[in-house]
This record gives sequence, structure tokens and C-alpha cells, in this order.
Amino acid sequence: MADKVHVKTVINGEAVEFLCEPRDSLLEVLRDNLMLTGAKEGCNNGNCGACSVILNGRLVNSCLVLGAEIEGKEVETVEGLAEPNKLHPIQDAFLENAALQCGVCTPGFLMAAKALLNENPNPTEHDVRFWLAGNLCRCTGYDKIVRAVLDAAETMSTEVNA
Amino acid sequence: MAVEKEYKVIGTRPIRHDGVDKVTGRALYGADYQAAGLLHGRVLRSPHAHARIKSINTSRAEAYPGVKAVVTAADLTASQDKIVDLGEGAVNLKFMCDNILAREKALYKGHAVAAVAALNGHIAEEALELIDVEYEVLPSAIEVRAAMQDDAPLVHEDMKTDEMGKQSENSSNIASHFQHKKGDIEKGFAEADVVIEHDYVTGTVHQGYIEPHNASAVYNADGEITIWCSTQGAFNARGQVAEILQHPVSKVKVVPMEIGGGFGGKISVYLEPLAALLSKKSGRPVKVLMSREDVFESTGPTPASYVRVKIGATNDGRITAAEAYIAFEAGAYPGSPVGAAAMCVFSPYKIENGFIDAYDVLVNKAKTNAYRAPGSTNVAFATETIIDEICEKIGMDPIEFRLLNSAKEGDSRVDGPVFPRIGFIETVEAAKDHPHYSAPLEGKHKGRGTATGFWPNFAFKSSVSINVNPDGTISLVEGSTDIGGSRASIAMQAAEVLGISAESVHPTVVDTNSVGYTDVTGGSHTTYTTGLAAYEAAQDVKSQMIERAAKLWEVDAKEIEFADGIFRYVNGKEEEIDFKGLAEKLGQTGGPLMGRASVAPSGAGSSIGTHIVDVEVDVDTGKVEILRYTATQDAGKAIHPSYVEGQIQGGAVQGIGWALNEEYIFNEDGQMTNASFLDYRMPTSYDLPMIDAVIVEVPHPGHPFGVRGVGETPIVAPPAAIANAIYDAVGVRLTELPMSPERVLKALGKI
Repeated sequence: MADKVHVKTVINGEAVEFLCEPRDSLLEVLRDNLMLTGAKEGCNNGNCGACSVILNGRLVNSCLVLGAEIEGKEVETVEGLAEPNKLHPIQDAFLENAALQCGVCTPGFLMAAKALLNENPNPTEHDVRFWLAGNLCRCTGYDKIVRAVLDAAETMSTEVNA
Repeated sequence: MAVEKEYKVIGTRPIRHDGVDKVTGRALYGADYQAAGLLHGRVLRSPHAHARIKSINTSRAEAYPGVKAVVTAADLTASQDKIVDLGEGAVNLKFMCDNILAREKALYKGHAVAAVAALNGHIAEEALELIDVEYEVLPSAIEVRAAMQDDAPLVHEDMKTDEMGKQSENSSNIASHFQHKKGDIEKGFAEADVVIEHDYVTGTVHQGYIEPHNASAVYNADGEITIWCSTQGAFNARGQVAEILQHPVSKVKVVPMEIGGGFGGKISVYLEPLAALLSKKSGRPVKVLMSREDVFESTGPTPASYVRVKIGATNDGRITAAEAYIAFEAGAYPGSPVGAAAMCVFSPYKIENGFIDAYDVLVNKAKTNAYRAPGSTNVAFATETIIDEICEKIGMDPIEFRLLNSAKEGDSRVDGPVFPRIGFIETVEAAKDHPHYSAPLEGKHKGRGTATGFWPNFAFKSSVSINVNPDGTISLVEGSTDIGGSRASIAMQAAEVLGISAESVHPTVVDTNSVGYTDVTGGSHTTYTTGLAAYEAAQDVKSQMIERAAKLWEVDAKEIEFADGIFRYVNGKEEEIDFKGLAEKLGQTGGPLMGRASVAPSGAGSSIGTHIVDVEVDVDTGKVEILRYTATQDAGKAIHPSYVEGQIQGGAVQGIGWALNEEYIFNEDGQMTNASFLDYRMPTSYDLPMIDAVIVEVPHPGHPFGVRGVGETPIVAPPAAIANAIYDAVGVRLTELPMSPERVLKALGKI
């Protein structure tokens, strides 16, 4: 077994240090080392998006990133989405639109939606469907998820303009 | 009896109680279990579809640094043939045990052979490679029709056929054969002006829940076993674990974690007994996880099937006779949903002359399991496309044909049961009246199709207890794991009874030591049965609260009325108090108050949906695009309409996936070659339009609010509706699922 790697990084705005094996994925580090179990393992090969996090502003599958790779970088996970006692508008929109059933894909969708709205604050339905195609949901048929993301975009742009 | 009423809570759309936990990442699913000293377990699986296990040597794995325990079938007490009833149908204990760890033979690729617990998952995976298994590879039976032949390789050498209740003399892969007959089939076909008959083939399809199976266990020195897992039914899992480990059921506690989808696939246990054995051997908590590949290869998908249906009708559109031959792949052990398929194949039509011939067939594939209306989708694909063809031949609108041939209350199904009040006509009329049905569809290679889906629904057993809190809220304790919002739909029924808001109910799903027996979240029963338990428990609370008000006012309880959340005494002095006010006074009127109910109703009330789909077929690539989709369904009474819509939309999309993309692809050795989400392609958001879910409400007379289960029916109609739309678009009838680009091109004669 190779020696563990010492990694200094920023997760959800806080400086974090951890030790991991060189082969540990970011998903394993988040879940098993740091107890951030919001990111889920659905396939462990980048096909389902349940482990989606934002790395230096970019949406990634954390199962396809090594833990050691996040040295000096910034990671956003679902645990950092809400402010204390105030949900993020995307979270509110998912609740209002009943955009989750079992909820296991939800953290990944929330992070994917956040990355989308960072890049494109006023997406069309087509934009949303295209962007979210990397995240699988088996319960909802996507209808209510797409509506929730469109609603969140509207709320967020209203807040910005207010 | 259900009557049309004004409700305060039912029919509204509150935020679900577990919503915040689930959008913040705080909800703990099975794989999120953590404990000090936790070991990580992985399972070694057979690479062969059929092989005799000549020897297993685990010594190298046991010696590997970081490995704490290795188990094989030798650690599992051999079980005798014994039929045990675990709440949702009887199962053979030996088969159930042998599926946990292969004993003499591995019966499918992915069959568990050994399991390892180690300091982390990587070490466990490395150790699996150090287990030496000597296999003698055997020829395999991998397709239902071939497996039924006399000279087919036998999955179980000693399997006899249950031939209409009698045991056959010869061994066979046909585990059972049964028939249903009604009327005079020959006379019926003789009366027909049009008779259509086709063969249909459907592939193996997986439920595709995003969360892989998982199980964690602690096996204490005193023999107390605690299991944390993602299961559709904690009590059912407890029963299976107790039987498999031959351990007292009262010494097994199952803690149901949040569950990331099930659709029928998380009823059987796979990892739970292994986690317990590994914990026993290592003396530490053990968490065992499946990979996605494991999930595809080793858990129960829904069966591949061969179905032949023949229907006769008169020129004026009346069905005169219907006949079906249904052969389902059970997988490596008996028990495909062919029985349910036989219930559904001609339902909900009025059939005077019917014959159903059905077979449960063993093949060297993972034991199949329930998948959303199990069996119904396979056979509806046949019946509903034949009806479309009959309508074309006689020049009748398929919607009119369905209205004309609808079964009604009092009609009997071909398999016997008599229909209660059903909402078939109403869903068909809702489809007919929907703007989609009459909207123009212009352009080349576009077509519209309709189909109806039926599921009988089931009524199981459930328990609920309610504690009244001093702030006027209630804590509702239930045993139904919440897969799609059932905390809300159950809580709302208690809230309605007690005249409080949905938010004033705090529902909690608890472990098997903390609530009365409750069956699996399955069979579309949860909102119906557990909702009924919540209704009854709330009634219990109500009566006790009336007693408390009587005590408070020093009057006779019989003279107190409760309506709209207010307790009133109207005989002489004017006294009234609301639920919250009285809850505050529990301390001075006798102390804590709890209500409870356990229910075991019968007659769940069938569920029916009619779908309309528009497609566009790319005749160069064979790809079928869904342009527009409308699904009507009878919900009896929608408790939380958003989650009813969600069930309809999600089910329809699973049906679309089944129709167009999804299937296991096996090589000639019976090995699945597409065990990943890349190669087993489920629909993404980009493949779909919005799904217009139309809720029809024909109250179920057996539920106080009229609830019918809604979860399963919506998957049934899509493949047939899409096949009918493809025919409308390009003039070819497809009879094999999925209707992949390759099959569409073949049907078009392009390849």
C-alpha cells in the first residue's frame, strides 16, 4: 500500500486538510474521510452524476477525480449550498416543485443545476435538459426537475434584479 | 364508503416532511452508514453463467494484510427445502439461501461465491482476487424458449414441473405451468370477423434505481444482530435474514435507512446476511456495498419473456375471444411474475371467452424480481398492440374500441376475480377529451399511439402509532420506507382526520423493534394500506381526545362532537376547544396520549391508466423521438397530487426506456455484456419532453378517502403506445422490445 498523501484544499469555503491513499477518488474522500455523504455513488464510472460536485467552478463527477488532485483547489458540495437557516433558491424550487422522489440523485442534480445557472442564468427548457443529461434520475421522469431548475433561474434572476 | 367531500389537507401540495434533509445532503441512505471500526465488505461473484464449484480456497485472501474476515457458503448453514411465507408470497428457503452464496453450483454470472471484510474497500477488492475458486463450466440455458426444450441444459438437475398443481416425473427448467379458462374459446373465435395473432419477445430489463444495494451489520456477542440497509420493507428483510441465518427473528433488528429507489428490486435481501456473517466472524461493524455492475448482474431484473396473444373481434368492435401463451424467464430460481402477467394480460377488458397458458421457466440468469407492475408491461405490449391492429382492420378509433370493451364492476377477469368499481372508462374518456388526442400532428414519419395499462394493486399489512405532542402536533411512527413521498401522503391522511395541518404531523420511519409489523413499500399499497393505518390511528387519537375533553368539561363524551379540528360540547353550556388547545391540556386530563392501528385490508382497488404518445421516427438511423406524452390515470383520490403526478411521470419514463433502449445484452455464454449505465442506457432529461400527467379520480370504495395505489400502473402502457405510434408514423409493427434503432431499421427493411 502506497503512503498516504497529505492534501490541503478548500471545501465549501473552509480550509480542509486530509490524508488519503493516492488511489482514493474524491468521492471516497468526501464520503469516507470527511463524512460529506451528500455526494452519492450510483455507478463509480461517471455515468450517473449522483456524485456531482463543483471543482474550481466546474461541474465534475467526483468519482472520476482523485482525492489527491484537489490540492490547492476549491470544491463545492451539496452540504455547502444552503446558507445557515436559508435554503438556496434551487433547493427551495426542488421542494416547491416536488422535484424529488427517492432523493438519492437530488444532491447531484442540485450541484449540476447550480453549475448551469452560474454559466447560464436564463436557460431555456432545452438548455436545462441538455445540461442535466449527465445526471440520471429514475423516479421522476425529469419533468418536475426541469421545471424546478427553470423556476430557480427565474427566482434568482428576480433576486439579482431586485 | 367514499363520498365526494371537501377536504382541508387531502388534495393539497405541502412540502414533503423529509424534503429539507434530502435537498441538503443530510438524509442518510444505506451506504452513508458509518461506525467506529467499520469494515468494508465486497463480494466475489461467479464469472460463469453456469458452473459447478469444485473447490474454494480462501487462505490467501485471509492472510492478506487488512483482511478481517472471509465467508463462503460453508459459513451458511445448509437449508432444507422449506416453503416460508415472508409476507409477500411464499418462497423456498433453500433457493433463498443458495442465492445469497452459491453452494454446489453457480447458476448465473454474478452469483455470489464468497465475501470479504477488510479495512477499506480497496483492500477487500484486492482480496477477492486472492480467493481461488475451481469451476467446472457447464452449458447454460439462457433464453426462455430454448430453456423449455427437453434437451436444454438443466439449471437444477432435480427440478420437477408443478404441472397445474401436480408434480411432473421428469426434470425440466419449467418450474410451473398453469392455465386460466373462461367461456368457450373456440366458439368465441368462430364468432370473430377479425382475428389477429402475433408473437412478442421482450428483453431483460432492470429497475435501474440510482442507489446500489448496500447493507451494514453488527453481530453482537449476545447474538443480537442489527442491520442498516436500503430496503423496501424492513420487516420483510428481517424475516429473510432470520430464515437465511436460522436465527430467532426477534434477535434481528433492521433499521431502514433512506432508500434510493427500489421499484420492486429492493425487497429480496442479497448483502444483509453477508454483512451479518462478516460481522460475526470479525467482531466488528461491516458495511457491504454493490458496484453498479453487481447491481445489474446479481440483483433481480424483470424477466425477459416470450408471449403469444390472439384476439378475435367482430366488425362492430366487440372482442369475442382472447388467448395468451406466456413464458417468463424466472432466472436461476422459480418465481417470475408470470402469475401477475396472467392477471393483467386481458384486463381490464370484458372477455367472455378467454384462455391463458403460462409458464415459469428457469434460465441461467439472476433470479428475477418485481419491477413496477411486474409482468403487466410484457403482456400489455402484446394485447394493446393487437387491439390497435384490430381497430385498424375494422376501421374503429382505438379509444372508442376500449370504451366499448371496457370491463365494468361485476365483470370477471379471465383469471377469475370479479372487478370492483374501476376507472377504465374514465381514464379513456380523459384521454379522449385531452387536447393532445385531437391536436394536429403534421410532418413526415410522425405518428400517434394510445394504450391502456392495468395493475390489480395489492393490499398488505401496516401499522401506525401516533403520539400527541403538547404543542398540538402529532408524531406519526410508521414502518413503510419512504421511496417517493409516502411520509407526506400518509401524514396527510392523519392530519385530515384530526383537523390539523400536514406540517403539524411529524412522520418517522422506524426500525423493526419500534413499530408494528408493516409490509414492504410495494404492490402500490403504501398510501392505501399504511394510509389506512394512519387514518385508523388518528381515529383512535380522536376518540381518546374526546374522552379528554369530556373529562376537562366534566360532561359525557357522547355529547362531544369533533369537526374541522374543534371539539364542541353543545348540550347546555357552550364549550369548545381546538386540537392544539386540548393537546396542551393532556397533562391535566390523564397524561400522555397515543393512538395506534394495525390494518390488513383486502381489495386494494385496481389502477388503470391510458396513455397518448406522439413520436417521430428517423428512418435513416431508426431512432424514435418522443415528441409529446400524455398519461391519464385513476388515482381514486390523490392525497398529494404532485407526488401522484410524479409517480405517473416517472413510471411513464421507465416505460419509455423499456420501449426504446433498455435491455440486457447477453453473449452466447450467458454473460451480460452491457452492465453499466453507459451501455444499459436509461432515459436522460435530454431524451424526453414534459410528461403531462392527468389525474382521474374514481374513488375506491374500500378506502375512507377513496385512495387507489398509483405507483405501478404508469409503466405498463408506454411500450404498446409507442409501438402503435411507430406504426402510425412509418407503417411497421414491432413485436420485440426494446424497439431500438437496429430493430426499427430491420422492420423498415433497411438492414
